[in-house]
Formats: sequence, structure tokens, C-alpha cells
Amino acid sequence: MNLLREFRRDIAIAAVALLVLVAIGLGVDSPWPRDFLTSFFAFGLLAMSLNLLIGYTGLVSFGHAAYFAFGGYAFGLLMQWNGFTESLGAAALPAAFVAAIGGTALYSLVIGAICVRLTEIYFAFLTLAFQMFLYSVILSAVTITGGDQGLMGGIPRPPFLGIDLADPHHRYVFCAVVFMVCILIMRVVTESPFGYTLRMIRDNAQRAAFLGVNVTRVKLICFVVSGSMAGVGGVILALFTSGAYPEWAFWAQSGEAIFMIMLGGLNVFVGPLLGAVALRVLNDVVQMYTSHTEIVIGAVILFVVLGLRRGLLDFALDWWVERQQAKLAATNREDDKR
Amino acid sequence: MLRLEDVVKSFGGVVATNHVTLDFPEGSLSAVIGPNGAGKTTLFNLITGHLVPNSGRILLAGEDIVGMPPARIVRKGIGRAFQVASIFPTLTVEQSLMAAIASHVHLSENLLTAFPPRSVRQRADELVELLGMAPVARMLCSNISHGDQKLLDIGLALALEPKVLLLDEPTAGMGPEERWQMIGTVRRLWEQGRMTLVFIEHDMDIVFEVAEVIHVLRYGSVLAQGTADEIRSNPEVIEAYLGTEIAHDEVPA
Repeated sequence: MNLLREFRRDIAIAAVALLVLVAIGLGVDSPWPRDFLTSFFAFGLLAMSLNLLIGYTGLVSFGHAAYFAFGGYAFGLLMQWNGFTESLGAAALPAAFVAAIGGTALYSLVIGAICVRLTEIYFAFLTLAFQMFLYSVILSAVTITGGDQGLMGGIPRPPFLGIDLADPHHRYVFCAVVFMVCILIMRVVTESPFGYTLRMIRDNAQRAAFLGVNVTRVKLICFVVSGSMAGVGGVILALFTSGAYPEWAFWAQSGEAIFMIMLGGLNVFVGPLLGAVALRVLNDVVQMYTSHTEIVIGAVILFVVLGLRRGLLDFALDWWVERQQAKLAATNREDDKR
Repeated sequence: MLRLEDVVKSFGGVVATNHVTLDFPEGSLSAVIGPNGAGKTTLFNLITGHLVPNSGRILLAGEDIVGMPPARIVRKGIGRAFQVASIFPTLTVEQSLMAAIASHVHLSENLLTAFPPRSVRQRADELVELLGMAPVARMLCSNISHGDQKLLDIGLALALEPKVLLLDEPTAGMGPEERWQMIGTVRRLWEQGRMTLVFIEHDMDIVFEVAEVIHVLRYGSVLAQGTADEIRSNPEVIEAYLGTEIAHDEVPA
């Protein structure tokens, strides 16, 4: 209850945002906004969760889509498994949801326990290696995963508690709620004492250790939270596409999440969300004019990374912080004079 | 409180700490001085566990801490500030202190409360007050003066409520006026915190003025120890460290 009081402002903002999302999805008489927003929920969660590692902890993971794909595949496989759905009946879907997230958490715990001991380029490469390992497993275990075809035959979505996820409206609202809850969880985590411990590690890991912080364990907790949240994104995408595809586990998917963060800004909480929208809009706009989308997007990314060196919201933040700091400095100088 | 017994540390053929025995009684304010390369910082690294001695014992309140990892020694109550301020550039002064305090009270792995918890905030406000950093409390650590950064570094160590505080050249890189201000603050912190404080310092005027006991190191060995007056008149110290000018003055050619 304390938690609800301390974060009442964030909860209120999330509630309003959720209402707006639901109003857009249900109010517009076309599937387009629902489809656009549902895939935004999935990729937005991927980018947001990755930013817990990159923006808050300073750990650049190049293999984050592995947890996204793991969540999606775990959910899809459980729901396609007759024994599972028959024995659980109406509870099958929520159970598969929870199990998929739990499984992703466990998977990221194992991989994280190995990776977080390394830093910088070594960390990046090891996470990439584990992602490509998962990708190869998905491709080669054809009898289970369908190989390069992906999970075929659709994912059954039996109704539970009056919620029918086969119905596009129900599904959209469900995904919106799940998305918003996850964003809120990440907000709480980044604004908790743990979140500030992550910032200490990002700024000066050695000093954090001298202050008694168990750097390795804190990084591992962050890795697991971040992986699990990416897993939720995967589940949303599996629900939406009624399948799961090996590209989700391909390195390019992780790269795209990093682009989203760089585009939107990594030092502002919602930066990656803006990046996810921006990348998607950019992609769609470019596609209207040319089929060479990648080369255009590549140029834009080069411009942002080399030219601007910051994401869109980072500019806003830097401007704001500089102004505040200048004000403080000015007041201090005046006090000195007196 | 803190006692080193016959501590030896060598790097290859170089003996950085040569059979050093030192005693820092509870509540004392001691200075460690010595020419460059005398092994002063090495001594601190040995005490904080960043280096492990080849032989000898280091006792904190009677307990041998040799071989313990640095994080454990920190938790046992040995705090340290660094020669080059080691701080968190993107956090504000008060955020840094609060995060350090959160670590001290075992809250740094708490994911589901708001930062800062109330008790942490209170303690941070006290620390800011004690350090006299109220005007810069909300400034980013990267935007405050060099002197304030050094002071914050000490503040971070104080956040852990250490029994023993080691300061590696608290006045390094400061102008003369700033130095005296800093050392005045250090002395005030020592008086109010009732801790055992050891500092490394190059400025002799400061050392003679402030320290209760002075330990002189040379080539990794203890050359002399005593009060300011004893050290000032010790012929060996005069020759080895204070320079020959004084010796020349006293001994007509």
C-alpha cells in the first residue's frame, strides 16, 4: 500500500495513458491503430527493458531479443501442447503466460550469471553469442519449433474469466493493460533504491563496490528483471501474430531495439518508447517511397549517432538539467556575495 | 582501534612496505607523511584490502582483517576517500549521499520502494549539513568545484559511519586558502564524528598544525613517529624529509 502512495503520480499517469490507448483502439473503426499499437507494445517493452541495462546500468547487451523470443516461443509452445491446455482448461492461457515469463526469468538468470561478470565489449559479445546460440537451436529443432517456418498452425487462445483473446478488441485491451503494468513496474524499479544503485554502477562501479554494493549481484538482478520484461513483449507479439518466428531471436532484432533506444534517448525513462514509435513511423514512411528502407534508416541512424550523439528526449533532458543547474549556480553565487 | 603488526608488502623486488608496525588508537587523529614513493598509498591499500600483505597482521578492534575482500572490510568499518575524488558524475550531491547511505543500511537491492526512503533522506540531510554542502546539495557532482568533489568523496565514506576513516591527500590539487578550509572541515568532522582518522598529507604546515600524532615513512619503513614537536626536532626526519635547508640553517657550514 505504501508503494501505491509513493508512486501515486506515476500510477495516475499510467492510468490516463491506458485510458487513451484503449479509447484509440476501441474508438477507431479500423484494425490499423490496434495492430500498430499492439506491435508497439511488444517492441516498446523490448526496448524499454533493454534500456534498464544500457541506460541505467551502462551494460550494452547485444543479445536482448533472445529473451523476447524465449518468452514468445515458450508461450506459444505451451498453448500448442494439448496436454497442457486440456488439463488446465480455462486457466491454460494465464498459466502459460506466467510460465513463459517465469521461464524467461530463469533463462536470463542462467545467461546473466555468466555475462554480468564481464564488462563493456566482452559483455556485449557474450550476450550476442548466447542469442545466436538460441537462434540456432530454434532453427535446428524443427520438430518442436518449426525451424525457419516458425510456430505454425496458430496459437489457440481459449477464453478465461470472460476474456476472449481470439477477439481482437479483447486482445487489444488485454495487451494494453499488460504493457502498462510492465511499464509501471519498470518505472518503480528505476526510481527505487535499486534503481539508484544501478546509476551508481553505471557512473563508477568501483566506487559503488567500495560503498558496500554487491555489484555483480545487482547487475544480475537487473539482467533478470530486464530479460523477464522483454519476455512479456514476446508473449504479446505471440498473442498478436498467433505464432512465433525465428527472426525474433536474430541479432538484427536486438540491433533494432538498440536503435530505438538511441533514437528516443537513453537517459529519459520513456525515451525508448518514443524511439520505438519513431523507428516504426520512419520505416512506414520510407516504405511509401522506396523499397530500400534499410539504407535510408541506416543513414538516419548514422546521423543520430554520429551527428547528434544523443537521442531525441536526451536533448530535452540536457536542456532542462543545464537550465536547473545554471539557476542553482546563480543562486549560490548571489548567496556568496551577501 | 587499528593496528598494523610487522606488515610486509613487496612488488617483485621492490619492497613497498617493509616490516611496518603502526598503532592508531581509538579516536586519534594521525597523519602519515613521507617523500614520494615512501609507500603511503600502498599502506592504505593494504588496510582496505585492495592489496594483500606478504606477511604481518592488520588488526581492526582486535580482529585480523588480512585476506578479507575490500567490501567486507568496508562493512567492518574502514572508510576511505581517494586521492582523486571518486564520485558519481551524473548524480547530484544529495543523491550520491543517499545512494551511499542506502547501501550502508542494506537497502540498495530494494526494488519496490521509492527512492529515497525517509530515514535515508534524513541521514543525508544531516550529512550535507555536517559537510557544509547545503548550497551545492542539488548540483550534479560533475558541476561542483574540485574542493567540493573531494569533500563529497569524504562524505561518501562517512555515509558508511566508519570507525576508521582513511583520507588519501584530502587537500591534493587545492590552492593554499582552500587547503586550510578543507583541513578545518576534516578536523571538525573528526571532532564531531569521534572516529579514528588517518590522513596522508604533503603540506607540512597543515600536518604540524592539525595532527595529534605523525608517522613518517621512508622507503617503506617507519622512520619516526611522535607529536609535531618531536618530529620537527628529529634529526633523522630533518635530514631525510624536511630537506637539507633546515639542516643547513642549523648547522653552520
